[in-house]
Amino acid sequence: MMNFDYSRATSLEEAATLARHPGAMLLAGGTTLLDLAKCEVARPERVIDLTRLPGLNTITVGESGATIGALATMSRVADDHGIQRRYPAIAESLLLAASAQLRNMATIGGNLLQRTRCPYFRDPAGYPACNKRDPGTGCSAIGGITRDHAVLGTSDHCIAVYPGDLAVALSALGATIQTNLRAIEIEAFFLMPGATPERETVLERGEIITAIAVPATPLAANSTYLKVRDRQSYEFAAASAAVGLELDSDGVTIRDIRVALGGIATKPWRAIAVEDALRGRRLDEGTVREASRTAVDGAKSHGGNAYKIELAPCVVARAILKAGGIQ
Amino acid sequence: MTLIEPRVKHGDASDGTTPSGPLGREIVRTDGPLKVQGAATYALEHQLEGLLHCVIVQSTVGAGRIVAVDRSAAEASPGVRLVLDAGYSLMLRSQPDFFGNKPEGDDYTPFATDIHHNGEIVAAVVADTLEQAQAAAQRVRVEVEFGPVIATHDDPRAGHGNPVPLDKDWGDPDGALAEAPVVLKATYETPREYNVPIEPHGLIAHWEADDRLTIYEPSQWVDGMANHYATWFGLPFENVRVVSPFVGGGFGSKGQALPHSAVAAIAARMLRRPVKLAVSRPQTFTAYGGRPATRQRLKLGATEEGQLLAIDHDGSNETAANAAFIETLGIVTSMMYAVPNFRSRQRIVPVNTVTPGAFRAPGKNPSAFALECAMDELAVELGLDPVELRLRNEPDVDPETGKPWSSRRLREAYAAGADAFGWTQRNPVPRSMREGRQLIGWGMACGTHPVYSSPGEAMVRILADGSVEVLSSAIDMGTGTYTILAQTAADALGVPVEQVTTKLGDSRLPRAPVAGGSQLANLMTAAVHTTALAAREELIALGLTDPNSPLRDRANTLIIADGRIAPPSGEGISIAELMAAIGRDVLEVTRDTLPRKERSSAERLKFFTTLGGMERGTSIPKSRHSFCTHFVEVRVDEDFGTIRVSRVVSALDAGRLYNPKLADSQFKGGIVMGIGMALLEEGITDPRNGRILSANLADYRIPTNADIPHIETISVGIPDYDATLLGGKAVGELAIVGVAPAIANAVFHATGKRIRRLPITLESLM
Ligand SMILES: Cc1cc2nc3c(=O)[nH]c(=O)nc-3n(C[C@H](O)[C@H](O)[C@H](O)COP(=O)(O)OP(=O)(O)OC[C@H]3O[C@@H](n4cnc5c(N)ncnc54)[C@H](O)[C@@H]3O)c2cc1C
Ligand code: SF4
Repeated sequence: MMNFDYSRATSLEEAATLARHPGAMLLAGGTTLLDLAKCEVARPERVIDLTRLPGLNTITVGESGATIGALATMSRVADDHGIQRRYPAIAESLLLAASAQLRNMATIGGNLLQRTRCPYFRDPAGYPACNKRDPGTGCSAIGGITRDHAVLGTSDHCIAVYPGDLAVALSALGATIQTNLRAIEIEAFFLMPGATPERETVLERGEIITAIAVPATPLAANSTYLKVRDRQSYEFAAASAAVGLELDSDGVTIRDIRVALGGIATKPWRAIAVEDALRGRRLDEGTVREASRTAVDGAKSHGGNAYKIELAPCVVARAILKAGGIQ
Repeated sequence: MTLIEPRVKHGDASDGTTPSGPLGREIVRTDGPLKVQGAATYALEHQLEGLLHCVIVQSTVGAGRIVAVDRSAAEASPGVRLVLDAGYSLMLRSQPDFFGNKPEGDDYTPFATDIHHNGEIVAAVVADTLEQAQAAAQRVRVEVEFGPVIATHDDPRAGHGNPVPLDKDWGDPDGALAEAPVVLKATYETPREYNVPIEPHGLIAHWEADDRLTIYEPSQWVDGMANHYATWFGLPFENVRVVSPFVGGGFGSKGQALPHSAVAAIAARMLRRPVKLAVSRPQTFTAYGGRPATRQRLKLGATEEGQLLAIDHDGSNETAANAAFIETLGIVTSMMYAVPNFRSRQRIVPVNTVTPGAFRAPGKNPSAFALECAMDELAVELGLDPVELRLRNEPDVDPETGKPWSSRRLREAYAAGADAFGWTQRNPVPRSMREGRQLIGWGMACGTHPVYSSPGEAMVRILADGSVEVLSSAIDMGTGTYTILAQTAADALGVPVEQVTTKLGDSRLPRAPVAGGSQLANLMTAAVHTTALAAREELIALGLTDPNSPLRDRANTLIIADGRIAPPSGEGISIAELMAAIGRDVLEVTRDTLPRKERSSAERLKFFTTLGGMERGTSIPKSRHSFCTHFVEVRVDEDFGTIRVSRVVSALDAGRLYNPKLADSQFKGGIVMGIGMALLEEGITDPRNGRILSANLADYRIPTNADIPHIETISVGIPDYDATLLGGKAVGELAIVGVAPAIANAVFHATGKRIRRLPITLESLM
């Protein structure tokens, strides 16, 4: 590990100013940053510790929506009764993520900004070519082992999966990311790799996430997160789906639905085609399975990840059925 | 009275009776409190004055030749004391192999010039702090001429491999297969697997004088390792001390001094300062090898009634491009079932990997995977219950050697396991059992492990206060050696177990062979039992004859029980009182279980520092093995292909259990590892450069608690005094054998899909 300077920010303004320096990196729970520093991917010159900033870890759940401070830990948010009741998909996505130890350290703000688990990205000594890590060097994953790589939203420059769970739930629930400068719709927050895979979000240098706002909607209160993987715990998703579902008073007609997928795309992936195909339709297994097929429209396999194209629609369908009470 | 009373029953917890003495009791591990309090000092925690830190630099290509190493930038780095590479390092003498044979070539260096695998050590940096060494290691520039890489045996260029002399033949397998009414042919594969002990490898090397080396290193075999260092540096064996009181798991990987071990010892020698080298978790994946990938083709011929007529077995495993490692794949195949016609062949396929190594029941485990899956396939083919098929082929004698079994209680295991599991409720039709969207599968398979035996040596010290010390260089890697040796000594001496302390893991103590092959518990209880009986004899003799003994002339026989020495009827006195009366501070006895006395000291040493002492059964009249059978339930999601093991019942015949509680942890640990092997563990290598992509514990998946269901273990063993002195059989590695095929068979029952390549992941079922 290389030497770096460390400063503990006492105010948001100070943190933002310090963060504007090239080579500066923000530190929250450190579970992504230190991990990447150990594998020599992150080489910060200066680390700015946000954890002592006041007022950034509160969780407020009100009638119109919830606001979760960026420094709230994953475990605190997952254990919050208000979140569990009104936004079950958020609580579930957090509980199914990482391990208890990591959740106790990791923050919500840091969680959104976790980096891909692409093994080539994480191994600069073995694989100098990685556009995401070192722009313009190429992509080692293409033509390599791609079991965990994306089938949606890829480009010729990068096929890395966005690995997080929480952001998938937030996409389904239409959350907004608040920063020290502005509020950003989650849909607009994450970027596709295109020709610039090194840019993963719209955040500017010196911009700091302060909170996540989630609107209170009937479908948020009836939401769920389904995560599929080989290991029962402590593993990223092979495919996952977050679903918010609102039924008409008849209990069978779908009034509104929002669906997002994880583990299969380069960013948290809204499945708008699935939503459109189901809005106003009856909730039954055949209809749901049929509609869920469109979740992978446009998907492209790179060999080892072909199974995801088959798996994802099943995960979507089962998540919708689960939200609709059909086990 | 004879010194050794092998047939005295000291209690047998395995058949449900309460043991009369401490041996056989469910005593909690004596090293537990130290470990939970953080007071057990592991190798790298030893504090030494003036300690320097060493970091290795590994190759990042899979094959090639090093053209140049530029050390200058690293040497100029802050805090750096030394930068080593093949061109700048002490030359060592070659290390002998496990059997004590000297390899060709006189010299050895741990630093590569020709690269044979990705992650080979090319250089090392020593600095004042770990961080300085890490930073400088980044600055070592290595110029490489790339060579063609054959990453795995899946690469067609790897070819068919080279035969190894493990042929086993009897009868006429070709003729029998040609005429067999039912023939099954299938190929089974297991991936590379890694040992991943929770304590990564590393050491502190400390030259206390120019010719005296002390090594703090986690070790499954301190005497073997001391011999390695002694040979490398041309020192007398006695001048090397290896200290390893606690080991955070080894799983086969801590039996030898490894290349990085040589690096630290060289650095310490050149700098004349103690040097610590910690292998990082990613580096552990290439600093030594785990189980090689294996491939086995099996042909089974049988009658319509399920009588086996022939087995034809052809196995191969990956090995390193520059070294041979044999995973003995035919080892279970040849002794599990009665079969009149048999052939087994084995090959090794060189690829660009680190030399594979011993790993969790080497040979036995993959061997049983292929055979036990094939037996299940045969049962399906014949429409027979898999237990019934096995019962019909249960051999009365060892089919390979013709010798009688010392004990083989597999019939009892089938009965007990099937009963506890509820096996008769099984609908044999695949996909016939389900709960909601979960397909339920019930499968079973068997496992076995040979009983190896080597000699051991121990010292027993009776101290003035009546307490007892047991000393041996044997190790405890969480397996329970400390505890069962205290129990053994207490049992033989007649003192409460709380009065006994055990000291282990130091090559200055009386000798012990490798803690491998599941042999240590049996051989060391035998050595301690022998020694403790001798100590008891001596104490009794003193009690009867010492002029100052209060018991002198009071009786012509004395008994020691509960820490008191007494005539058959009468009060007697405590051991401490006797020691005080006769004016002794300590009574010290050392004994061994070497086969014949009067051996030269060089020969004695060879017994403990090579595998030469490991009796593989040739001269022993009985065939000695442990056995087990596993019954498992899996739930497979019909949409996702995810597999959850929801129930395991295992019935095990491991002879007498010296401490059923600790044996049970070993059994359960084995079953947990078997679940990992079946469903999760896989070293993934990039075919383009032979670099492992899963070199961390997030990507190299071992089971978490959430993956492990309730496990029920049933011991069906009885004391087997033909197997070992005190009646135990192999425990440690037994239970992993057979778990993976039981799961694969259950997956077939659940889904109707036969997966013959491990691990069975969700995409293999989609
Ligand atoms: C072994 C392992 C397994 C994991 N498994 C999962 C999983 O299954 N599912 C899952 O979702 N996640 C998983 N994770 C990821 C984990 O959830 C993230 O590492 C964690 O949430 C990051 O939060 P942190 O506070 O520790 O971030 P840090 O490491 O402190 O920061 C991460 C990044 O975010 C930036 N940052 C942090 N806070 C802010 C802020 N307020 N404003 C702007 N930038 C900020 C930092 O500069 C840094 O670049 C796993 C991680 C590990 C190591
Ligand atoms: S997929 Fe993306 S992250 Fe992975 S190697 Fe290619 S460019 Fe780098």
